[in-house]
Amino acid sequence: MIAEFRRHPGPAAVFFAVAAFLVVFLGVPVVNVVFVAFQDPATGAFTLVNFEDFFRTSLFRESFWNSIYVAAMTVVVASALALPLAYFTTRFHFGGAAVIQSLGVVPLIMPPFVGAVAMQLLFGRNGSINLLLDSWFGITIPFMSGLNGVIFVEAIHYFPFILLNVTASLQIIDRSMEESAQNLGSSGFRLFRRIVFPLAMPGYVAGASLVFLKVFDDLGTPLLLNVNKLLAPQAYLRISTVGVTDPMGYVISVILVAFSLLAMWAATLALRGKDYATVQRGGGGLARRRMRPSEKVGAYAVVLLVLVLVLSPHVGLALLSFGTVWSFSTTPDAYTLAHYHKIFEDTPEFVTNTVLYATLAAGIDVVLGTAIAYLVLRTRLPGRVWLDYMAMGAIVVPGLVLGIGYLRTFHGVEAPWGGQPLAAWWGILVIALAVRRLPYALRSCTAALQQLSVSLEEAAENLGAGKLRTVRRIVVPLMAGGMLAGFVTSFATAAVELSTTIMLVARESDAPLSYAIYVYMQSAAGRGPGAALGIVAVVIVALGAFFSHRVIESERRERAVLAAA
Amino acid sequence: MRLDPWRFLWSALFVAGLFAGPVVAQSIEDKLVIITSFPKDLTGPFQAAFEKKHAGAKVEVLNKSTSAGIKFLEETASKNTTDLFWASAPDAFEVLKGAGLLHKYSTKAKGIPEKIGSYPIHDPDGLYFGFAASGYGIMWNTRYVQAKGLPVAKEWDDLKKPVYFGHVAMSAPSRSGTTHLTVETILQGEGWDKGWATLKDISGNFKTVTERSFGVPDGVNSGDFGFGIVIDFFAFSSQASGFPVDFVYPKVTSVVPANIGIVKNAPHPKAAEAFVEFVLSPEGQEILLDPKIRRLPVNPATYSKAPQGFPNPFQDKSIGAGVKFDAKLSEQRYRAVSALFDVVVTYRHEDLAKATKAIHDAEAALAKKPNAEGAKLVKEARAAVTAMPISAAEAAKPEFAAVFTKTRAKKEDKAAGRQAEVEEQWDSFAKKNYADAKEKADKARSLAK
Repeated sequence: MIAEFRRHPGPAAVFFAVAAFLVVFLGVPVVNVVFVAFQDPATGAFTLVNFEDFFRTSLFRESFWNSIYVAAMTVVVASALALPLAYFTTRFHFGGAAVIQSLGVVPLIMPPFVGAVAMQLLFGRNGSINLLLDSWFGITIPFMSGLNGVIFVEAIHYFPFILLNVTASLQIIDRSMEESAQNLGSSGFRLFRRIVFPLAMPGYVAGASLVFLKVFDDLGTPLLLNVNKLLAPQAYLRISTVGVTDPMGYVISVILVAFSLLAMWAATLALRGKDYATVQRGGGGLARRRMRPSEKVGAYAVVLLVLVLVLSPHVGLALLSFGTVWSFSTTPDAYTLAHYHKIFEDTPEFVTNTVLYATLAAGIDVVLGTAIAYLVLRTRLPGRVWLDYMAMGAIVVPGLVLGIGYLRTFHGVEAPWGGQPLAAWWGILVIALAVRRLPYALRSCTAALQQLSVSLEEAAENLGAGKLRTVRRIVVPLMAGGMLAGFVTSFATAAVELSTTIMLVARESDAPLSYAIYVYMQSAAGRGPGAALGIVAVVIVALGAFFSHRVIESERRERAVLAAA
Repeated sequence: MRLDPWRFLWSALFVAGLFAGPVVAQSIEDKLVIITSFPKDLTGPFQAAFEKKHAGAKVEVLNKSTSAGIKFLEETASKNTTDLFWASAPDAFEVLKGAGLLHKYSTKAKGIPEKIGSYPIHDPDGLYFGFAASGYGIMWNTRYVQAKGLPVAKEWDDLKKPVYFGHVAMSAPSRSGTTHLTVETILQGEGWDKGWATLKDISGNFKTVTERSFGVPDGVNSGDFGFGIVIDFFAFSSQASGFPVDFVYPKVTSVVPANIGIVKNAPHPKAAEAFVEFVLSPEGQEILLDPKIRRLPVNPATYSKAPQGFPNPFQDKSIGAGVKFDAKLSEQRYRAVSALFDVVVTYRHEDLAKATKAIHDAEAALAKKPNAEGAKLVKEARAAVTAMPISAAEAAKPEFAAVFTKTRAKKEDKAAGRQAEVEEQWDSFAKKNYADAKEKADKARSLAK
């Protein structure tokens, strides 16, 4: 075992660096908090009785099955939303593909609290849609109630995970595969089902497993709908109740982590034994098919319908940010710019802080994600899979637990500069965001590397390139699409993270947007400014996504020119 | 020149006296760190006025939810960086007090009575201070009420009526210290059994039980539900922001203070004391009348400056007069009441609502076509809904409280089981009773067909 590390000193060094990062910034803080799950409440001795209690409690058992049901159904609905968008915009000549793909990221940014208010005003029992339905047809549809409401909102919110990863996968499938199939007489849906979709499987599994895990552990949406018979809200409600020392919240956290790792392992099994790598990278960029006019109309109709549905919360948010009072009516009473004036007077530094923190966090995530993916797929170092599992574990650690863990672990440590506690430094907040969002980038990077044939690297090495040079010149450029997808998802979700942020922010001048939104949303008068800040967050992320697409596209074109020359 | 020692002494004292005043006023630290759950609308004006008064003092206000604030203070206690904790819920301060995280201080502020209603304004041990009072009541959306043709509910009992099914909301007492006080007020005002019956009948009409206290005014403002059981300033400040809402105090309500406390080992103790004094001073009290804040001052003199129609609990004896609030009893069974409510209402709300609806329907059917056996069944169904798994005496037992707090004060303290264990018993009790109630009510309804 140790011999393997000695034989490959470079990868071994990366392995230990990544492992040290994960242990210090994820393992230690989390264990520091959840150890009470294994303690006898009265004596403090080690025990498993709390886990017995979990399985003996019918409320928890019901919550467990509800969580699985909601997560699985959300994957189905989110796939239905994401696949047409991904397929049409990557495999065909489709005007506005970059814009559509950038807009497809926007639903990921659901600013805390104010996003919920916008959804209620639109889809709620007395929201715009139901008020209209009621006055036209005398019916209402409970979009936002019960488990089905959770599935509806979660699917809209998280389908970009599938969209981004499948898009990245589809973009590197060579056209020759489709051409061969077409020559053999396949077309239409059969071509998609038998050839294109299976080849994009790594991306789909990456996206779908992220949706499953994220929904399984998601707090925001169930809390917004006040659905509490799910595991994550049960854990949160117990941990955040003032003055209660019930260990069950932490027990549920441990069970969430364990189950998620199981689900991850199952997802790996689904891909095992199959080879998705292709050597061809389509040389001169992607040749895209053309649609017949009738097909084109149909495709645009589907894409538009999906976009209208998934972007409607943000339309509601925009109305809220420009509206004066919006109460029990289809649209606000009147419109104003006052809320935007207020936020630019109050809080200019929140915007720059958010951009800085989210960029740094997403950057760290892509570097770590690529490193872990490479170690797992390209080396034989023992224990490498555990790096993957450990990093993925972050997806289910409740933000509150991570926040408490960071305070407990780093508040006593003095920062090497100035006498302040390390936990009060904004850099710690960036690291916490990076740790929380690492799973997104990691899955995307892994999918990208899975589709890359190892023979390309071998060719480079045969031509005399060293390992490092091969990674830099061959692996990273060819993984760029997947890395970008990872960067965008990490960036978008880090930009609106609240639960860890609110624990760790130690100075208002260091606070990001989500903190400011939280502060506004504590009072009736803050709803408009809160929505305006939410829109600012959406614009930042959408622009970030759009420019990232542009960068990748132009690099691809440059490579195509070089290849042609 | 001969120096008269007496004259010298007097003049020296005089000069010293001249300097002493300003020197004391300015000798506070140049910084102050406050953790609060209050919105900027409230903290902003106080911060600005304080910084103006004490030139050079910079106030850093950090917003955290009450629970995050407490966890933050607990985790950072070894190297405390916070001066003041400023929040509504008295229970949050009780937790901090119990953990020894607050600093004892006695305020010099004058004119503040000992009690508001039957609730002590300041902590008797001098660890935290009430600076503004709030009462609970019913808030409603006027557009909603008009569109749905609902009568306005003015008393808790009104909210039990079938017309309000699915139109009401409240936060859970475990999530909001102020909601806990409402629940406790009803329990003390009507007695344990009758109080729970009232609570469950009202809860059966809930559209939802919100996770945070601000979720209730938020939902009323949006028109998501028509009526909300809220603390008064949520309604007043919503009104001030232009929302079509109104508010009423029911007879059974209690007025409770929102608080401020100095954190133990505060890095800027003098500034912290100065801020507490400022908040309690006539100047600070007046800030509470700001239309975006609208909280009730604890200094009765301040009400002379209040706008027309501003409620005054010191004069208007109808606010909070219905109940003599026993704070000790409330504290003894605090966790038990919160946990009970969560188990039998919050987590089983769907079952409770179904049973309630079935009873409403059966009663409506029986009113049209009376039937003795049906009436008996409905009565049984109601009894099943309102039954509670434990009695008032059991809930107040110290070993019962120990189940929820775990940190046993003394070695011989005993806990009556683990929380999860106890809750599972309550849960199966409630689940079975709600199912029974629904079955009986459905049967009664079919008898009246």
